[in-house]
Amino acid sequence: MAFASVTTSSDAAGAHALEARFTTLAGEGRKALVVYVTAGHPDRARSAALLAGLTDAGADVIEVGVPFSDPLADGPVIQASSQQALDQGMRLDGALALVDEVRPHAPVVLFSYLNPLLAAGPDVLARARQAGVSGLLVTDLPVGADPEREAWLGSDDLAFVRLVAPTTPVDRMREIARHGRGFVYLISRLGVTGERDALAHDLPETIARLRAATSLPIAVGFGISTPAQAREAAALADGVVVGSALVRAASESVDSALAFVRQLRAALDGAP
Amino acid sequence: MPELELAGPTETSDGRFGAFGGRYVPETLIPALDELEDALDIALADPAFLAEYHALLRDFVGRPTALTAAPRLSARVGAPVWLKREDLNHTGAHKINNTVGQALLAMRMGKRRIIAETGAGQHGVATATICAKFGLECVVFMGEEDMARQSLNVFRMKLLGATVVPVTSGTRTLKDATSEAIREWVTTVRESHYIIGSVVGPAPYPRMVRAFQSVIGQESRRQLLERTGRLPASVVACVGGGSNAMGMFAGFVDDADVELIGVEAAGHGLHTDQHSASLSKGTPGVLHGAMSYLLQDAFGQVHPAHSISAGLDYPGVGPEHAWLKDSGRARYVAVTDEAALRGVALLSRLEGIIPALETAHAVAWVADAAGRWAPDAPVLICVSGRGDKDVNTIIQHELPSV
Repeated sequence: MAFASVTTSSDAAGAHALEARFTTLAGEGRKALVVYVTAGHPDRARSAALLAGLTDAGADVIEVGVPFSDPLADGPVIQASSQQALDQGMRLDGALALVDEVRPHAPVVLFSYLNPLLAAGPDVLARARQAGVSGLLVTDLPVGADPEREAWLGSDDLAFVRLVAPTTPVDRMREIARHGRGFVYLISRLGVTGERDALAHDLPETIARLRAATSLPIAVGFGISTPAQAREAAALADGVVVGSALVRAASESVDSALAFVRQLRAALDGAP
Repeated sequence: MPELELAGPTETSDGRFGAFGGRYVPETLIPALDELEDALDIALADPAFLAEYHALLRDFVGRPTALTAAPRLSARVGAPVWLKREDLNHTGAHKINNTVGQALLAMRMGKRRIIAETGAGQHGVATATICAKFGLECVVFMGEEDMARQSLNVFRMKLLGATVVPVTSGTRTLKDATSEAIREWVTTVRESHYIIGSVVGPAPYPRMVRAFQSVIGQESRRQLLERTGRLPASVVACVGGGSNAMGMFAGFVDDADVELIGVEAAGHGLHTDQHSASLSKGTPGVLHGAMSYLLQDAFGQVHPAHSISAGLDYPGVGPEHAWLKDSGRARYVAVTDEAALRGVALLSRLEGIIPALETAHAVAWVADAAGRWAPDAPVLICVSGRGDKDVNTIIQHELPSV
């Protein structure tokens, strides 16, 4: 393995674990299944059970959402899950404790708004890494918005994953890719997170532009809700991110959420 | 022609006011903010744009607004009090100064669909008004809680042809209406312009809204000089997001001897957790695209605000106010719900002007500070809006005798 220095902690920690996962998948000619779950949703126990089961169900990378009071990039499903988790006391520290307790075998990317990270203090990155986190994604901190804090978020051994939107000009795509690590998260359509009936019609063109601007793996998210859509998007990129549809399934039960992940996996692996 | 206050002395080239401001938004919006910033700078340097803006302020809004002496209130305060009458604007508040400017800018960018958020409904009405005049589509997001307490303004917006979308998430007030408006903007950014109602949000919004509201301070300065031959000792304005205060302060920030005072809503009291005093009691944080003072808990979760006045009921504040506070150039104080009701009674019965509950906070602070000024030192209050919209709230309380 490429990360022989890891001893006591899970082998799925630090930026290298995330990078290694994409390298391995590429070597196998497979597409990455990146899944999003909200920490503490629908409650702590079920959130832990879901996290524990995701890897075996076929997830390659797990985004763990930190609940926030004002999630302005999220649609109704993730907003509601976030509020439900907050109501039960889940905060950033609780999300890290959850990851630490479960230690999923797939690399974990912490998905947060900036304010909870700022409030958590300068040692939050080290604490996240010790809890087994591999990467970090901050919805409301675009490249160049705050160089000082961006440097801070990229300073630890965590992959600071950056986002590209359909509106991003190609020069800016290059700039974003230069600052990103792990993979580039491509927002597939205008708008907030949430399920949609079809992929954005301009997605192939957007991916082609981004492909020309970066050598990082590309994962496509926002609005990918069904195994068929996942397969269609994955054919164009290196992986897909599924969030709202999984969170909605998690509202029903852990079993239905895991069953959904297995369907997504099967679709990506080209099962007939 | 009067000029607009473009970039005040507190502004830096990267859209920040010291450590505050910035652009903390989803990536999707960055190109739109770049486009807006370019369009704004070109427009503000274009005499044709400025001429159209000022003609609308004159012929449609009714500017310049009066500067009114307040002799009976002055007798109580022990200093001459002057009132800048933004309540006399078309639609009844200062909000329209900004919506006129932004609507013109939206049309220059080829956008004919307008999104807005509103708390008390004054900004929503001012947006719906200018959209009706120019035939623009208008969608206003308003918290369910605010729709209940400001039903008259909801009706006015609908009468003007706007679509009012009830916001049921979170605290169902201005904070959540703003989040929902931003979500709508992210979704329709190619065809829509978002008219933010205050000096909040990502750059260039705080600077742009300040520019369009700076007419308040510039007129006031000129009028007071004409009437008294001197500058005010103190300029006092209420602060929620802070647009009437920023517009007023813009006229005086370079006059070092003029004291700038912003009055926040202390709600049930600053010792409780039921207030909207972000500058007095908040800590720096990020909300709605900008770094500023914010009511939040130790975990960075935004704390719900409270004020009797829907327009001040917001847990954040404009980033330039945060900078003015930290630099010491402006001072921020806070006034309770109860004192604000006394402010309504005072201005109504002493001067024949029923102020908005927001404005009443500034009036109450000046009244309570009686004796702090020399007998000839002018005190200038920004009467940001009229109180008609608040009668349903005020009627539920017993007004103090004055």
